[in-house]
Amino acid sequence: MFNALRFFSLVLAISALPAQAALKIFATVPEWGALATELGGQTVNVYLATGPLQDPHHVEAKPSLIARARSADLVVATGAELEIGWLPLVLQQAGNPAVQPGKPGYFEAAQSVPLLEVPGKLDRAEGDVHAAGNPHIQMDPHNIARVAEALSRRMAELDSANAAAYQTRYQSFAGRWNEAMAHWEKEGQPLKGVEVLVHHRAFSYLEHWLGIKEVAALEPKPGLEPTSSHLAEVLELTQRQPVKMVIRSAYLDPRADEWIAARAKIPIVVLPFTVGGTDGAKDLFSFFEDTVQRLLAALK
Amino acid sequence: MFKPLYWLTALTAAFAVPLTAHAADSKELAEIREQIKQIKESYEARIQALEARLKEWENKAQAIESKAPPADSTINPTSEPRKEAAVEPASPTAARGAASTGIAAFNPAVSLVLQGRYANLSQDPDRFGISGFIPGGATGPGKRGFSLSETEFTMSANVDDKFFGQATFSVTPENTIAVEEAYALTSALPPGLTLKAGRFFSGIGYQNEQHQHAWDFIDAPLAYQAFLGGQFGNDGVQLKWLAPTDLFVELGAEVGSGENFPGTARNRNGANSGALILRLGGDIGYSTSWLVGLSGLQTHADNREYATTDLFGNGVTNSFTGKSRVGVADFVFKYAPNGNPLVTNFKLQGEYFTRRESGDLTFDANGLLGLTHADAYGSRQSGWYLQSVYQFMPYWRVGLRYDHLNPGTVSYASNAAFLDNPGFAPHRASLMFDWSPSEFSRMRLQFARSQTLPDLTDNQMFLQYIMTLGAHGAHKF
Repeated sequence: MFNALRFFSLVLAISALPAQAALKIFATVPEWGALATELGGQTVNVYLATGPLQDPHHVEAKPSLIARARSADLVVATGAELEIGWLPLVLQQAGNPAVQPGKPGYFEAAQSVPLLEVPGKLDRAEGDVHAAGNPHIQMDPHNIARVAEALSRRMAELDSANAAAYQTRYQSFAGRWNEAMAHWEKEGQPLKGVEVLVHHRAFSYLEHWLGIKEVAALEPKPGLEPTSSHLAEVLELTQRQPVKMVIRSAYLDPRADEWIAARAKIPIVVLPFTVGGTDGAKDLFSFFEDTVQRLLAALK
Repeated sequence: MFKPLYWLTALTAAFAVPLTAHAADSKELAEIREQIKQIKESYEARIQALEARLKEWENKAQAIESKAPPADSTINPTSEPRKEAAVEPASPTAARGAASTGIAAFNPAVSLVLQGRYANLSQDPDRFGISGFIPGGATGPGKRGFSLSETEFTMSANVDDKFFGQATFSVTPENTIAVEEAYALTSALPPGLTLKAGRFFSGIGYQNEQHQHAWDFIDAPLAYQAFLGGQFGNDGVQLKWLAPTDLFVELGAEVGSGENFPGTARNRNGANSGALILRLGGDIGYSTSWLVGLSGLQTHADNREYATTDLFGNGVTNSFTGKSRVGVADFVFKYAPNGNPLVTNFKLQGEYFTRRESGDLTFDANGLLGLTHADAYGSRQSGWYLQSVYQFMPYWRVGLRYDHLNPGTVSYASNAAFLDNPGFAPHRASLMFDWSPSEFSRMRLQFARSQTLPDLTDNQMFLQYIMTLGAHGAHKF
């Protein structure tokens, strides 16, 4: 069945190609770039503003980003203040009226997703808190499915000549994605209720999805580097409440994790966090496959 | 609120069923039905979990509402309307929506920069001068001992779908308020074009546009002090055009009142200053970014007065009337492993300035010495600085800067009878350490050995704090 669909979408994509140049998509992070490629195939041209080993919060409004935003047809951002330090400035300096916030050429993934950890109180004494909630939504595949639907509609709206092709590709993707999610959820059963430490509170959506229990974070406050006193507290906590592993994303400084892992005698799990974050995470499907496999491996 | 989830399930089923109907046999159909059933069951379980969480949230939200004042003004009015939210606003995000309705919802982004310092200077800062360079603007190392630096208050927001507005007021330690910047910027001109109007820092050079609290050292490079009086800004209009290329190519042109050093107010129609800017930039892999620029500024001065000492040691006030042309070549190069600056990063920055002034110089302009005398004046001078900043571990940076000025040639014509041309090259070396425990605070220690006058060495030590409150600042390159 999927072969027929793929063939159909390929034919559509090829027939549509000469009609219009590719839709230029500026994706702030690799996961939305990968999603746009899944949904657009040959009809889109995707530029990634950040690499898989970059912290998407700590990016500067670099000349290269401004130049790419200038010619983009669609900016795909996470929103929820993830890119607040640089994207507004990039868009302001790019002088591209089509991709300003509020225009169809500006898309925020977080608008399609219920956010977790919306702070009841906003105070920077609590660290680098995000007023809108935790922005690391890509760690739950159900969120990917929600964003895919909205993004596909937006792409079809902007590039109406290829609207049918986007619709076909979305249907194909959604079918494969639902199948894959059922598979991961089945495989991830043993992770339910497993207690873990995290480096940064970046995995809330993953934990929520697989039923993993986060016991503590190594960062004393979001965005602040782990301190020795806080690490000592966490270590003490692990003696009272045994944890199975410590999880971090690839771009963070590994020293705190190594320190606690050696003392609590637990494995460190480096998760891809986005497409390209590990060698195994080549696209959205292998990103979740790799994530689940790495967690399961640490459980053994 | 959970209807969309059912819809998603139904939709998924709808895609799967008709397409398989002819291709698949009844066994496959049964499998698919089983899968759908599983999906449905898993959703139902999740919905129950979500409902439980929602209850918990509602209870929490009520508790918070009763205790704390509503956290309003947290919504940026520029954020996209939530027209396609897949979930009805009964979700936790609704708490935010509810807290920021009403009159405060459109409040601009507000931020405040607090700065203070302690300076230990071996020379009297009141006698500061840069040998061979006509002084102007805000120069020198500032006060000795404890003092407040300027407190900066910024408000910004989108005006409508066509304009963005921003104003920065600075409150000086002398209790005066200055409008540092206040401008409107377009956001809907044809692609690549932006027009800025109002008061703003000129786009010439690399550091000129940066506010003082964003500098990597506590004071401006000597070249900025000598040629632009510290930093050049005026009231005017700036047009920028960004080329539609992957390489960053930006052209800028400015016209303005030119009221500030090296220009003066002139009480006439038209523009008194003009600037042209060309900038190129890009990346080398994920780790390295670069930006280079060439810019020129022309201003006019009418009776620009300055105090100096003549050949005989008398204090005297002279004035210059004429044209001043400044050229700047700048570069900046930033490196962070994998483009991730959190742990370590490196920045190298340098600018070369050249200035030509031509016009008339009046010696003893206010006649206090009774020797008032005007004649032609011309100068051709240059200077540069090079600085690097290295973050060697999270939060900690070290920086090194070297400043050098070339007095060049100055022709006083017949005024050479009163004024000399010492030919001394002012220079300075600075070393700084800073600690930034978060994005919003920074403490800095800086040492400098400054030789701006012949035979005088000023050994300087500064301690500084910079605190940013309110709206998240932009990470400018």
